[in-house]
Amino acid sequence: MTSSALYLPNSAAPRLYSAIVRQAPVIVTVLVLIAIWYVAAVLMNVALVRDAFEREETRYTIGDLIATSLKSERPRLPAPHQILATFTDDVFGHPVTSARSLVYHSWVTLSATVVGFLLGAVAGVILATLTVHLRTLQKSLLPWIICSQMVPILAVAPIVIVVLGAIGIRGLLPKSIISAYLCFFPVAIGMVKGLSSPDPIQRDLMRTWSATPAQVFWKLSWPAATPYLFASLKVAITISLIGAIVGELPTGAQAGIGARLLAGSYYGQTIQIWAALLAASLLAACLVGLVGLTERWVGRRMGGRP
Amino acid sequence: MPKPASAVAESKISAAGRPLAVDVRDVSLTFETADGKVEALSRVSLQIAEGEFVSFIGPSGCGKTTLLRLIADLEQPTLGMLQVNGVSAGEARLQRAYGYIFQAPALYPWRTIEKNVMLPLEVMGFSALERRERAKRYLALVNLSGFERKFPWQLSGGMQQRASIARALSFDPALLLMDEPFGALDEIVRDHLNEQLLRLWDKTGKTVIFVTHSIPEAVFLSTRIVVMSPRPGRIIDVIECNFPRDRALEVRETSEFVKIAQRVRMGLRSGHSYDE
Repeated sequence: MTSSALYLPNSAAPRLYSAIVRQAPVIVTVLVLIAIWYVAAVLMNVALVRDAFEREETRYTIGDLIATSLKSERPRLPAPHQILATFTDDVFGHPVTSARSLVYHSWVTLSATVVGFLLGAVAGVILATLTVHLRTLQKSLLPWIICSQMVPILAVAPIVIVVLGAIGIRGLLPKSIISAYLCFFPVAIGMVKGLSSPDPIQRDLMRTWSATPAQVFWKLSWPAATPYLFASLKVAITISLIGAIVGELPTGAQAGIGARLLAGSYYGQTIQIWAALLAASLLAACLVGLVGLTERWVGRRMGGRP
Repeated sequence: MPKPASAVAESKISAAGRPLAVDVRDVSLTFETADGKVEALSRVSLQIAEGEFVSFIGPSGCGKTTLLRLIADLEQPTLGMLQVNGVSAGEARLQRAYGYIFQAPALYPWRTIEKNVMLPLEVMGFSALERRERAKRYLALVNLSGFERKFPWQLSGGMQQRASIARALSFDPALLLMDEPFGALDEIVRDHLNEQLLRLWDKTGKTVIFVTHSIPEAVFLSTRIVVMSPRPGRIIDVIECNFPRDRALEVRETSEFVKIAQRVRMGLRSGHSYDE
């Protein structure tokens, strides 16, 4: 990047140039993936298109085949530009309160995700704290925590929804509980490690000052565990989004990204499914980014190296 | 009950007539390890009067750190009696009788230097005003004024260890337990900190117990040197060492200094077999 600075010393161009150079591997990867996607879209859809042409006994060229397979209404694999068009229309084409708006559905899923994430994170921290401090719990609780994640969530989700529905709890809470059930786990495991991370000298110091157990927890174990906490929160927030989406499937799904996925598969609306998936991944990226920003902010206040 | 009272009082006065800060009688400590029992200390007896500067010196495994940890109630003896300020080591710890300085600075990395020094004061319930005032005073004492807002990683090793000394001094304990505090530092920094420590000891009249494996350091700093030997950990010699309290580094060139260093070396050699 010094060479570019040599011949354009006083403009923004070198900085832009160096930014492009730095991002080049990412950009190239994305371009290659898109190219592969287009090829795959043609290959997967071309049979259907050819059958249609032959049924109608129209004459066609290879060009026609390719062009048509990239704009069919219910393709096996929609092309990126089709997904983007549907996504834009779903997001901006309807008022945000309408059931046809992807913003509305994203909001439904997001609220369940956030509530589930908070519940799960708090549960994970409490479980970890108990596990670390009570030796008996370490033996009795930890195996159950691990077992809880061996149960396939797709099997548990309908049970939770039906049971809670039977006692009158519907809507956001059952989904949040499924989401919390999934996301407490990484938090619990991360915090068990984090809370026991201070080294013996740091603990001995507290002992020489005759600190109470509460003081040791708040002034030593907890701050020492924060890096571990954020590492597990980043995992937990994406898992809790998945939990919320899975929780939307068994209800017949009136609203939410999960509902869009389900409806799309009922009616063979592949483009709609992919648009909903795009919304889900954007949501996940934003949530992880938010946790990451919080982590950096906390890290700076706690003396982390820049 | 006049008779037992006087007996107790007697046991707490040193030969020099000063009250005892530390009284160790026939203390043994055996660790149970996977490979069987290890006798870390065997029948150790030692009396340290208030205001003394006592060094424990010996090869690794001689139990010098273990003895210090016993005094601090970080370990408990298997056998024997151990008192600090006339009460059990456990009670003395609860009374916050001593400041402990470890081999590593062990500053909490998420706290600034000032907040690290304030930590024991927070634990002990000092007011916010007093905390700030004391942090300022003791950081000035170890020449760290101006570094209050820095985080530990922004300081050199020597500065970090000085901050940890300020932290140990912050609640003004009469007894300082120092476990090879300058072991990881280079010789120039070490000499400098030794002089500062000596001046601090002279000024405050604190009792210092200092673990080291450097002979010159022990001879330069101490009023008494306790020479220890491993397997099992025991005391093999106690050497009086009375240089003037305001001695300077130059004292190391005197013949008396060399003579005492010689005796320490002899003691270490006799207690140590080199064929293992």
